[in-house]
Amino acid sequence: MSEPQVIIGTNRTGVQTSPQDTARQLEATRMFAADVPGDMSNYTAERERAIREADLIGSVPAPATTKGVVKTALDKTIGKAPEVLIDKLGERLAFERTGVRLYEAMVAKATSAPGASPALVDTLRQIQAEELEHMNIVREAIETLGGDPTAMTPCADVAGVKAMGVLQVLTDPRTTVSQSMSAILTIELEDNAAWELLIELAQKGGHPLIAKRFKHALEQEETHLATVRQFIRKDLLEQVS
Amino acid sequence: MTRIDTLLDNKGTPLDKQVFTWRELAGKPISKLDDDAFTRVRVILMNGVESDALRLKHFGARFHKELQLPLAQIRRAEQHQMTSINWLLSADHSPLETTVAYEQVAIEVTAAVAQNEPDPYQAQTYRFGLLEDFDHLYRYAAMLDRLEGKDANNILQGYTDLVPGRPTSEHHRAPGDDLRDNYEKDNAALITKIHAALITGAEYQTHDYYMNIGPLFADPVARALYAEIASVEEQHVTQYGSLQDPAETFMEKWLVHEAMEVYTYASCAEQEENPRLKALWERYVDYELGHLNLACELFKKYERRDPAEVLAGPLPRMIEFKSQRDFVRETLSREIDLRAHGIDYVPKEREARPSLDYRAQLNSEGVPANVVSAGYTFKPGTEINEVGEQQ
Repeated sequence: MSEPQVIIGTNRTGVQTSPQDTARQLEATRMFAADVPGDMSNYTAERERAIREADLIGSVPAPATTKGVVKTALDKTIGKAPEVLIDKLGERLAFERTGVRLYEAMVAKATSAPGASPALVDTLRQIQAEELEHMNIVREAIETLGGDPTAMTPCADVAGVKAMGVLQVLTDPRTTVSQSMSAILTIELEDNAAWELLIELAQKGGHPLIAKRFKHALEQEETHLATVRQFIRKDLLEQVS
Repeated sequence: MTRIDTLLDNKGTPLDKQVFTWRELAGKPISKLDDDAFTRVRVILMNGVESDALRLKHFGARFHKELQLPLAQIRRAEQHQMTSINWLLSADHSPLETTVAYEQVAIEVTAAVAQNEPDPYQAQTYRFGLLEDFDHLYRYAAMLDRLEGKDANNILQGYTDLVPGRPTSEHHRAPGDDLRDNYEKDNAALITKIHAALITGAEYQTHDYYMNIGPLFADPVARALYAEIASVEEQHVTQYGSLQDPAETFMEKWLVHEAMEVYTYASCAEQEENPRLKALWERYVDYELGHLNLACELFKKYERRDPAEVLAGPLPRMIEFKSQRDFVRETLSREIDLRAHGIDYVPKEREARPSLDYRAQLNSEGVPANVVSAGYTFKPGTEINEVGEQQ
């Protein structure tokens, strides 16, 4: 390790930095008490009211064909509520597409940040290539079902919102390799669970061939997760030994 | 340079030497964890000052064809100063954490100004507004805790108390009760003019910030709270803006604004602990002196008057960037029940019907500030931290 990833310094955020000020802040809470009766439940009640009145984020686009879904020779059934599968496929496509970009940011980190590990770069590039492959598998599945792979479905949109935190961590030049790999772990953990579900959903929807192709992706994702976990573990243990 | 004896004796950096690169505009940020909270206070304050410098000059340009080119030239430098300052905020500040920092700016800087202000009516106005921003901090701190599970004191670093002030639910007034009496330009001290320009600019950026980030929140309570407090910030801009003498010409206001920029950067340079930022503040003191001198030349040319008529006297005592806890508490104890009736400050019972009706209408379907802070008591480590109770 060329330079430490964690340092002791002038962190000023805690009460121990300024115990006298903290004592005075607590004194103030005794002098000027809360002026509105109630508790967190007021907040929750307002959320509940808003949820009851809210619209949905949006909809799944209608398939291009009039029948709704193209029945190919391989996947002859349309299943019940095919929009559920299309929505989740849209999510997976968006997730994998963002994943390609997240790994690009991670490669820059692995070459240059505290804790840089050039050996990690080859692994990251391989995972990145597989994320791209997965994106294309999903795109083809959506096309097979008559859907529009360029549309942003509601679940795809939500996936983008979820990824914002990870993106911020990975692209902040100040974060370490260890912090960034931890963000990647979040992605890979979800990715594994999501592919498992998607396979089940495809099978239940009557699309065994799509499900079969997805199994290949899941196997690769399982390797990604194990690789990321092992890297984080080894990296942290090395820092303390 | 951290001391300036008289504004007009220093030429500063000529405009054509005020140059930047993209890399320095989007340079390295401060540390949310390690830098002093007052470093962040200065960053936010100066962003507000530069934002208002652009605003004033744009309006001036709409009225004065002959000034459009020099104003555009100065604005370009100020745009880049502002960028280099605002980009000092690091991306690990959530918008709500930055909001808490904005309110710390409003409280600590307005309290410093209120004590430094020689005109009693103007000082009273700063104290009046101070108690409202103080309350906003408490409501936002409650939201930071209850929405993001974070302790506002990680941002405030112990300098600022987190308790209710004049309740936000009672800030909502009819426009006629937000206007204030103005200073008289020929009798007012330079520092009085500077203060009005400074605090108006600071409140304006707070308003604009809340208007921009409010819709970024998913949480309905957060969206509602930003809507409510942004409305009060608009009232504050109305209030502080009306402290200035409308009889001043645009060029007089411009001179005051440039003097305010010099003064405020000099205050930052004097007290900054972070050496990189201290150098930046010093550089911008010189840039602002360059702007001020150019404005003075144009003032002589177009108004055929001596800038000393507007800027006479030594630069006042610097703004003190430090915890104003005792002053705030004293003001809170004495003036929490003051209300506005026209341009006057009156006891709560004498508030007039227009504001009472206006408020009743807005509050008739619930008050976001009350929802977010119901029963909220600040505790180190957040209200769900049991250890914090024993601190």
